[in-house]
This record gives sequence, C-alpha cells and structure tokens, in this order.
Amino acid sequence: MTKPESVLIIGSGAIVIGQAAEFDYAGTQACKAVREEGVRSILVNSNPATIMTDLDVADAVYIEPLTVPTIERIIARERPEGLLPTLGGQTGLNLAVDLANAGILEKYDVKLLGTPLESIRRAEDRELFNDLLAKIGEPVLDSEPCETLEACEAAAERIGLPVVIRPAYTLGGTGGGIAFTPEELHTIATSGLSASPITQVLIERYLGGWKEVEYEVMRDGAGNCVTICNMENLDPMGVHTGDSIVVAPSQTLTDKDYQMLRSAALRIIDELGIEGGCNIQFSMAPRKDVRDWEGDPSEPLPYYVIEVNPRVSRSSALASKATGYPIARVAAKIACGKTLDEIPNAVTQRTTAAFEPALDYCVVKIPRWPFDKFALGDRGLGTQMKATGEVMAIDRTFEGALNKAVRSLEFGRRTLLWEDPAWRDAKAIDLRATDTRLWALMAVLRRDVPVEEVATETGVDPWFLERLQRIVEVERRLLSEPLDAELLLEAKRMGFSDEMVGQLADRLAEHVREMRLQLGMRPVYKMVDTCAAEFDAFTPYFYSTYEQENEATPEPGVSTVVLGSGPIRIGQGIEFDYASVHAAWALQDAGRRAILVNSNPETVSTDFDTSDRLYFEPLDEEAVRNILENEAGETGETPTSIVQFGGQTAVNLADPLWRAGQGIIGSSAEAIDTAEDRELFERFLQNLGIPQPPGAAVRTLEEGLKTAQTIGYPVLVRPSYVLGGRAMEIVQNPREMVGFLAQAAEAAEGRPILIDKYLEGREVEVDAICDGERVLIPGIMEHIERTGVHSGDSMAVYPPVHLDDEERETICRHTEQIVLGMGAIGLTNIQYVVLPRDASGQPQVYVIEVNPRASRTVPFISKVTGVPMVQLAVRAMCGETLESQGYEGGLWPERNLVAVKAPVFSMSKLAEVDTYLGPEMKSTGEVMGIDSAYEPALAKALVASDLAVEAGTPVLLSLSDRTKAEALPLVHALHDAGCELFATEGTGAMLDGLGIPSTVVTKVLSGAHPNVVDVIEDGTVRCVLNTSENRMTGSLRDGFHIRRAAAEKRIPCFTSIDTARAAIETMRGTVTPEVARLDEYVAR
Amino acid sequence: MSSARLVLADGSVFEGRAVGASGSVDGEVVFNTSMTGYQEMLTDPSYAGQLLTLTYPMIGNYGVDAAVEESGQIQPRGLIVREVAPVSSHPRSTSDLATFLAERDVVAIDGVDTRAITRRIRRHGVMLGTITTEPADEALERVRALPGYDSIDWASQVSTGEQYGWEPFAEKNELRPSMEPKANKAVVKPRDAASQRRVVLIDGGVKRNIMRSLVARNCEVTVLPIDANAEEVLALRPDGILWSPGPGDPQVQNFQVEETRKLIGSVPLFGICLGHQVIARALGAGTFKLPFGHRGGNHPVRDERTGTVTITAQNHGYAVDPDGLADSAEVSHVNLNDGTVEGLRMRSEPVMTIQYHSEASPGPLDSMGMFDRFVELMDAEGGRG
Repeated sequence: MTKPESVLIIGSGAIVIGQAAEFDYAGTQACKAVREEGVRSILVNSNPATIMTDLDVADAVYIEPLTVPTIERIIARERPEGLLPTLGGQTGLNLAVDLANAGILEKYDVKLLGTPLESIRRAEDRELFNDLLAKIGEPVLDSEPCETLEACEAAAERIGLPVVIRPAYTLGGTGGGIAFTPEELHTIATSGLSASPITQVLIERYLGGWKEVEYEVMRDGAGNCVTICNMENLDPMGVHTGDSIVVAPSQTLTDKDYQMLRSAALRIIDELGIEGGCNIQFSMAPRKDVRDWEGDPSEPLPYYVIEVNPRVSRSSALASKATGYPIARVAAKIACGKTLDEIPNAVTQRTTAAFEPALDYCVVKIPRWPFDKFALGDRGLGTQMKATGEVMAIDRTFEGALNKAVRSLEFGRRTLLWEDPAWRDAKAIDLRATDTRLWALMAVLRRDVPVEEVATETGVDPWFLERLQRIVEVERRLLSEPLDAELLLEAKRMGFSDEMVGQLADRLAEHVREMRLQLGMRPVYKMVDTCAAEFDAFTPYFYSTYEQENEATPEPGVSTVVLGSGPIRIGQGIEFDYASVHAAWALQDAGRRAILVNSNPETVSTDFDTSDRLYFEPLDEEAVRNILENEAGETGETPTSIVQFGGQTAVNLADPLWRAGQGIIGSSAEAIDTAEDRELFERFLQNLGIPQPPGAAVRTLEEGLKTAQTIGYPVLVRPSYVLGGRAMEIVQNPREMVGFLAQAAEAAEGRPILIDKYLEGREVEVDAICDGERVLIPGIMEHIERTGVHSGDSMAVYPPVHLDDEERETICRHTEQIVLGMGAIGLTNIQYVVLPRDASGQPQVYVIEVNPRASRTVPFISKVTGVPMVQLAVRAMCGETLESQGYEGGLWPERNLVAVKAPVFSMSKLAEVDTYLGPEMKSTGEVMGIDSAYEPALAKALVASDLAVEAGTPVLLSLSDRTKAEALPLVHALHDAGCELFATEGTGAMLDGLGIPSTVVTKVLSGAHPNVVDVIEDGTVRCVLNTSENRMTGSLRDGFHIRRAAAEKRIPCFTSIDTARAAIETMRGTVTPEVARLDEYVAR
Repeated sequence: MSSARLVLADGSVFEGRAVGASGSVDGEVVFNTSMTGYQEMLTDPSYAGQLLTLTYPMIGNYGVDAAVEESGQIQPRGLIVREVAPVSSHPRSTSDLATFLAERDVVAIDGVDTRAITRRIRRHGVMLGTITTEPADEALERVRALPGYDSIDWASQVSTGEQYGWEPFAEKNELRPSMEPKANKAVVKPRDAASQRRVVLIDGGVKRNIMRSLVARNCEVTVLPIDANAEEVLALRPDGILWSPGPGDPQVQNFQVEETRKLIGSVPLFGICLGHQVIARALGAGTFKLPFGHRGGNHPVRDERTGTVTITAQNHGYAVDPDGLADSAEVSHVNLNDGTVEGLRMRSEPVMTIQYHSEASPGPLDSMGMFDRFVELMDAEGGRG
C-alpha cells in the first residue's frame, strides 16, 4: 500500500462511561505517528479537554460536532486522501461506517485506512462473525441476533435462560444485561433494542462463572501478526470487562491454554483481515469445582470467542501501559502502509515493532466507579459498564500490585482494609458483583469462610482468592506479632502502605516509616521495558517494589515533579490530565527534567514519552515521598513538586508534602489553605473589601442550624477540600439541613463543612495566571445556568454575553486583588455570582469560590483564547515573569469568536441515578461549540452534547410552580415551533389557562395509562422539560421517573430552565454554523 | 524456609530462600523471558548443565501437570525465581510447584531479584554460578574452579542411550492426541497407517512435542542416540531425518558433523536448534557463542524468501556464523532483533534447518507449519514409496 498524502482522524467526542481518556491517548499517539510518516494529519473532535485537539498535535484541528454533515463539510474543505476510523472508539468507528454508507467517502474519494470496512462489519455483525468463526473452526457460542422483542423471547426460549443481551453497535454495553427471568428478559431486551442504532440485540448463552481472558493483537497489511498482551479478569464472565478487575498477564493459564487462545486470536484477526490493533475476548472453562461443565479436563479446555473490537480500545490503552508497547502508534503506522518490521521500537531503539512484549511484573487494573457520588445508584455490575475511569498498578507480585491499585483509587481513603460498617453482621456481606465486591471478598476471608466456598459462590478463580487470603494472613500477623524487619518487609512486598501497617500494628504511619528507613528498607524502582530486561531499554517508565536493585537512579539537571490527577471520575476528568501533560512539557521547555507521577493507564500523561521520567504509582503521601527521596539520590536534595495541575488529588498532597519538608513550587500550602479554610478566607476577603455570600464553616449540626438561621435560607452546604461539588446541596429549611449535614460530614472526612447563603444570579468563572507581580486573565466565562448548578455541569460561554464593561472590570479587579493577596503563583480559578444592580447602581459581584490550582476550564480557555495557560503558569512557578514571556497583566483581549462549553452526562448507564442538575456535579465530560457568533456556537454545543431540539419535536412538560412563570415564553416558543406538547397535571392546567393545547399525561405511575413514563418509552415525546424545587421536596421525587425514563431513552431532558431556554432559542436555526479550523477561529 | 544465595562467577551475590531440594548446584546461569511454560522448561534437555532464571516473577501459578513434560526428567541443574507461587490453581493441576520441586529433587532459590540477575547477565554475558547455602566467598572460590560450560559434551549426556521407537501415549501421563495444537495454515494430507512416513530422529536432547508433532502428521518416529553414524541412520531406510535440538556448544560435536555431512542429499533432513547448528557446520559454516543467548517465546524471525515475520520460541546459547557456508546453501531465516541466522536451506537438496523451536512447548505455535513443510519435503522426495 502506498502512503497517503493526508489523513483524517476522528476523535471520540466527550468523555462518557465506556469511552474515556484512552481515546485521547490513542488519538494523540496516532496524530504524532502519522506526522512522523510525513503525512498531513487532520483531526476532528468535539472535546476541547483533549491533548489531541492541541494545535501542535495535528496539522489541522477541528473542534466541531461529530456528525455526518459536519464531517462531510470538513472532508469537502480538506480533501483528505485517507480516513483512519479505528482510533476514535466506537464513536469514531460508527461515524466512519455512516460516512461510508452515506456515499460520502466515495464522493470525495477518501480511502479508509487500516482495517477495511468489510472487516469491521464482519467483526461487529454477530451473524457474519459467527460464520467467520465457523469457517476457521473456532467454537461459536450459541446466540441469535434479534430485532424485535418477540424474536428475543423466542431466542431465549430456545437457548434457555439465563441469557446475555448485547445491543449491536453500542459502547460499554449500553442497554444490555443478563436476564435470569422472563421479566428481566422483557425489560433488558426493550432497553437494548432501543439502545442499538440498528435496533438489534444479540441473545446469547450465559457463561456465568467462566474465566474471562482478553488478547490484544496486531496485524499489518502484509499479514504479520503479533500479540501484545493477554489479560485475565478477576471477575468471571458476566461483568463487563470495563467494570472488571483485570490482571496482566494471565495468571491461571498454562502455556498450552495461553498458546491455544493466542493462536485462535491470530487466526481470527488474520481471517478478518485486520490492519492495525484488535481486541479479542475469550471465555474459558473454569475449574470444575468452581463451575461444573461438560467435558474432560484432560482435553484442551473449552473456550468461546465472546467479542472482537476491530479497533483500539480501553483494553488496548491498558495493554499499552501494561507492556510499554504503543499500540495506537503502531496501528497508525500500519494504516500508513508500514509493516511491523519496518516500525522501530521506540523502547529499545534497536529492535522493531514485530515482537511480543515479555512482562517481568504483574499489572492490576481496578475500575473507578462513581458510587461515591451516586450512593443511591444501582451498584450492581453486569454487562453494562458503569465505571468512569480506572487505575493501574505494577509490582512483582499480584498482592503488591493489588494493594497499590486500591491505594490509587482515591475512593475516600479506602485501602484494602476497608469494610462496610454493615458487615459487622457477617450475613450482610454481599458477594454479588458490585463495586465493593473486592472488599467483600477480603471480609469473608477474614471471617474464615473457606476459599472453595467463596469460589463456588462467586466464580472467582481460587488462585485470586488464595492470594487475597495471603494478604489476610499478613494482616493477622501484623495484628498479633511484634513488628520486626522480616514481617515489615513481607508486608511492604505485598503493597501494604505504612499507614496500613501502622493501622494493624498500632503505630502511627510516620513511625512505621521511620522504622523502615532505619532498616534501610526503601523501595527500588524497576523499568517497564517491554522485554523483561533482555535488551537495553530507554523508556523512563518505572514502578516501585521492595527488592535489591534500583534502576531509577537520579539524573543530572534540575528536576521537578508533576503530580497527576489519578483516575478519571466525575469532578476530576481529563482536563486535569491535559494540564499535567502541559506542565511536564512546559518544564522541559524551561530546561528542567519533568518527572510525572500518575496511576491512570488511560491517559496521555502516562505515555512513556510525555515526561523525562514517569513513575506509575499511587498518588498518596507515601508513594510521592518515596519518589522524591529516590530522586534525591546521594546529595539528599529532593526535587520540588507541582501540585497545581492534578486536580484535588494533587492539591490535597500539598499539606502532607509541606509538613514533610518537601518543596512545592507555585502557590504555597498556606495560599491553598487561605482559599480552602472558610474562616481564613472570609477574613482575607473582608480585608480586601470584596463581598462574598455570608456563611461559615461548621463542624456540628447545632453550628450548622445556627449559621443557617443567622444568614437565612436557602443556603448552600458543601464539604471543604473536595472537588466536583461532592455532597453539595442547596438547603431550604432546617428539616432538610438535618438530613443533609450527615451526608456532607461523611464526604468531608473530618474537615469542616461550609454553609453559605445561596444567592441566585448569573454565574461567572475566570482562570488567572500570576507570576507574583502581575495577573493575566485569559478570559471570562459566563454560565448559561444560574447559580445552584455546579460549574462543571453548566454550559459556559466565552466571551460573556450579558456582562457590561463595568462588571467585567470589577471581576478583573477582584481577581487581581485575590490572586496577589493570596500570593498564588501559577493558576487560580475563581467563581463569581453577578447579581442585578441594586439602587446604588454599582456592579454586584460576589466571590463564591477560589481554587488556587488549574481548573477544568483551563483547556477550554487555552484553546479559545490561544493563551498557553499552563505553559505561562509553569514558567511563572519556575521564576520567569509573565512579561519576560511576552504577556502583560489584565484581561487578555477578547477574541472575535464565541465558544460554548457544554457538559455531557452518562446517565443512561447509571440506573437509579437522578439526573437533575444541582450543586453536585454529575457530568462525565464536555464538548465545545465554536463559531463567530453566539447562536451558531450554542447550536453546535447542543448538537455535540445531544441536547439539540428540532422544531416540531414532541415535548413533555412537567414544571414546578416556581419556574412556571419563567417557562412561559419557552412554552410559547415550543408551540410556535410546531412542537406537540404533553404535560403533567399541574402544568397542563397552566397551558390550558394560556390557551395552548396539550395532552395531559398522569404523573401517577400506578394509575391510568398512558402515564409520563409510557409516553417517553414508546417514543411519543422526544424531549423533556422537567423542573423541580430541589431534591428534598416531593416534586423532585415525582420527577425522578420522568428523568430516568428520558435518560434510558437517551432523549434530551432539561432540568434547568436556563438550559432549556438555550436549546429552545436556538431551535429556529436562523444561522448556518460555520466549519473552520480552530486556529482560523482564534486568528480572527 | 532457610536462606540461600546465588553466587555468580563475577562475584555478585543475590540473597534469597532455598526451595525444593537442599544442597548446592552449579551451572551456567541463563534466563528465559517466557511468561508461561515453567514445567516444559524444567524438562527441556537443552537446559542441561544450566541454572535457569525465569524472568516472570510469579512461577507456579497454575500448578503442575505431568502431561506437559518435555522429557522424562528435570533438566536444568537448578531454578532461580522471584517467587515460587505459594498458591496454584488449574483444572488439570495435580500438585503445586514447591512440592514438585522437592519431589523431583530440584534445587531452587526464590525471593531473589531476578530482574537484577537478568540485567547482569545481559550486560556481562552468561556466566557460571551456584545456588548454595554456603558462605558467598567459599562458593565463589568453588565457582571459579568449575570447568567451563562450553568444554562439556552436554548433548551426549542427555541423548538416549539406545535406539527406540517413539510410542505416543506410552507413558501414563502422556499428552492426549487432542492436546496437539491445531496446525496453523498448511494442512497435511492424511495417509493411511500402512503408508506412514518413517522419520529417524537423531537425539541430542529432543523434546517430546517434536515427536508428538510428527506423529500427528502420520509419521513413525525412531529415535537414535547422538553417537549413531550415518550408516546406522540410513539402514533404517527413513523417509526423512530430524536432527533434534539439544544443549551445549556445537563445536564439541565434531563426530556428528562428519556423519551429518554424509547424510546430506540422501533423504530430507530437518534440523532444529542444535540440529541446525550441526548441519550448518556440516555445510561449512561456523558457530559462535551468543553473549546471553536467546531464550523466550517472543523472538521475531523473518523468512528471507517471503519477508513474513513470525514470533518464535527460542532456547539457544550459540548461533551460526554463515561465513564459509557452502554455495549450495543459503540463509533462509534471520532474527530481527540481532540479525543472527535463524535458518538455512539448501538450494537443490531437501535440507532445511531452523534455529528456533517449531515445536513450541512452551511458546507460540506459529511455526508448527515447519513440520508440515518437512512432511511435504518427504512426500516430494517419494521416500520409500
């Protein structure tokens, strides 16, 4: 194949459950690889929080909605020779298929590069795939594709319950599940059919309790095939692989098993004709005492091919990080016509990509679920993925890697020692697949339940359980025996933190640490080198372990450590990885060695060539202090750290590092404390004469009630030192206060709870950069939703549309005063509420929150203003002034463009979670609409976030009394646009009064039909506007079913009148949006 | 468990725990990077005289199963691992590795930093060493007095003493026929029992999977000791001759080089590993010792004729120097990592050799097709028929 001249790469859009940062990693690698080949790269993605949409990653960057018409316009403009469809997740792949089906690729003579479309179809269409398996003699699991509910029932009848329901062409198993009863079959098949873009589900035999094993494989255009990695799931079949605890390489497969599945995987990709990366999932028979199956264990173990992903995936990102083999990079080069033996191995710099990595360590991945935020959500795990992110840890044993992975989760301060208080009653320990199963397994083993019994009940292979049992044994020894060197070493080799050891051996963590250091017991760092040390390698990629030889010896030059942001979770998303990556690059530009610490395998920050040295480690105090000491070497001088870019994860390390005498550059621990400590902050603002909503920090219920009484309800309640508005709420009265304070106290983990007067107004946000003397404000963002909706869930507009010059000046003045007054160096994010002017005529600008760190808006503002914010901030921290970097203070001139950032939610995947917008953040990702005017920019943001409403769309209205007046113009607008209106009882009466015709549907689910849920489920309405007072009142509870039904049906559901207004106002679509490169917009 | 140490000839010492049998063992310290297949490796005759370091840290996870053994005995002198797995689990496992090592009288050490050992060998080359409980300085003195590994004829030590016919499933625990991995692409036409191909196998340390692979392709296998001469081989009227893998320096196999030279051109000849090196010498090429060998299941080999790259299983400490190779032969395969010779072919005679292990076990099955090619060669030559 000849090398194309130019290539279009489609990104995966917003971060949603099932499609997270791994595609930024893949896309960024692909763009770099394509450029290395001298091929012009054209990138389109709607997600501004990605590295891949940086202007210097691809030759042409489009941040536009990922729709067929938009991409056609880009193709018409750029005329790429090829399209690389396999790097943008399921989104990118589906779009490529749509573009091909619509004849657009043919029309513009665009060749699909890499894996051919026919291969993709044969891999994704179950019938075609089963035919292929049969042809090459691979076992086919009994299954049947169905397009109607009746067909599903017939298939389940034939195969026999339980069955798995897998919707076709969806990501993360959306809409699927396992049905044990006919009722469950009905429910899940209905949701699955509706989730599939081609209304097709697969009804498949259920192999509960069988082992699940995955292979990551590659094939080039010449037919050379290699395996990159295999992985074994701790959770047996039945749990989505994205929700499974995964180890690499496989542990319980013999060489015969391993090679049998490997050969099968290679035969399959060869037959499919894959050109690039591919993931193959197998199910293999377990031990007969775990689950009995027909057949003789002395024969080769029976297995089935469960699924094939003919593209790079979450698993391939994990495999890349687990092995050091850059799958996406190699896949992109294969797509450009290279064969594996022509692609150099960047790790050894001597060998080629035609080899299979050998691991000399064990990797454990644990998913990060959002149930710390959604405590009431359905925590059961099945075929539909629920995790927002994941962590990975590496060690020389499973136990070591597992303990470190748990420490990396940052799920509270939960270690493997955690137990649910309810488990004091042993009968309450739930071994079913949930987010807490790992801890439940530990709990039953601690209670001496035999491994065989646990294995039979859960299907978890006894190998894993016995390894857990070994951890339990060391726990017991730590509890009962004197702590000596031998026991301590054993615990450290198993990944116990000093804190865990201290907790069990009744000592302070610091004392354990001292004892360890006195014994000379320090971790050593080993390299991830793809080849088990067989060749000299140059990857500066390390993990800790307690052994003899340290490979990460300090290198000459000034080093600075960038603390990353850990797993992707709601409130701390890919934006912080973006900032961490740029921080590392900026340090390098400033002539320093950049050392990165992170635990997230999905990200660009953990790519081995992002920093000068990468430590794949938990982001806890112990791990970071060990790294700093390791970097000090003989001289004893530890490098400084930057805590500003890794979200709250890194900021929370500021205090412990400072106490440990470690240097932090940028805002000091004191500055951080000024912002986070309510009383210090209040005094600070008072001194500056800047208003803030009255409030106080409280520690008890009595204090809370008293404070609220003094300042007057409604009040905003939130814990300090947490991100994403976790456990934050608007509280209307003392009764609600009693209920809510308890929740907030748990999230606060011993730190005070903040209670502020809730001021309803226009919310405004700024990010500022300070060098200690000057403050640069790259841009002001105005939120579309009023205060009360978390900033991360709000649509934000740059530049602001409703602020006058005086208000802008006030905001800038306040910002400068605050930033300089706190002594914040680097980035600070400030949120304001702007109230209507009072009699004095003065602007009413109140400070709501100050965060002395990079915020989630940094990538958005960097991209739309062209100000390299992280670069400027890092250089300022290194002592360079803004002036010397060519920047003045003050507000950066506003660009002649409008950009709208819109949140994206993953609510269809989280059963039982309420979707209403409030002070607690719920979105998982973001998109951006950019154009030369507000209306088209907003329209793009709505399209890209799946909230666009077309004229004529039937709408269900259910409005709370308080919002009815405000909703009036919107109701008229909908009516005028020809939208058929459906309404709940009260809202219907209001419409009646206005003389607007509507169909009343009842809110009462137990009563007559059709009710609100019926009209959503059957597709009668295709948009919902549902407002409520707040979570504690009845209207919110009533609306829950409406909102859930809308989420399941994946139709727009507006819970804020402001978002609804934005969507309805753009419905008319009077202006055709432009399509242009990001740099073209910014240059205007 | 008592402490033990690995002492290398360069004086480096690695502290660990004694597992398996007690005592001191000496040998050439080598490493293998395969992540699975420890029992196959422990029974591979090519490890004779060596102390085998496994780079994968948790060894023994899936227990032991006599059916996968590649010979009737434990072959390396000792085993060096980071951890002998305290737990094991597999549907076919009959015991755990620690018990197995003790029962089979294998001296082993665990708890050592195997990555540090591997890095040392990679930098300084393979060297002699000892797993011992004696003080390090005494051990070092002993190691330094050991005869060089290269000077010993290891292959003769592991070869069969007498001729025998390979009987599949003769042993109780032998692998069942269905365990035979599916052949990759080529399909050999079955022959009826009466017209089986007769293969004579010269045993310098053969692995059972070679014989299983031949039997699965309708071959009848007769195994001859390494000191068999050409007349004895040809007297069996073979359709083809397979020169087996085996341990040690091919430079000590002068007698077999001479005898092999007589076999070339008579019947199809297939050499694997040591067999490849002996045939190479018979064809005029030299051999040399690699700094730290190739041992693992991930070595890329390019077929020089097709350009195809295959991932292979390897276990060899010496390589062929093509300088001096007869014009009648050519290099057919090359290792992509270091460019060394991985296979030879004669231009007009039915002779093929590979340095890597088509029989895998452990390792990828991607080269099983080499056995099909051998059978095709035999069929093309017409054999006895």
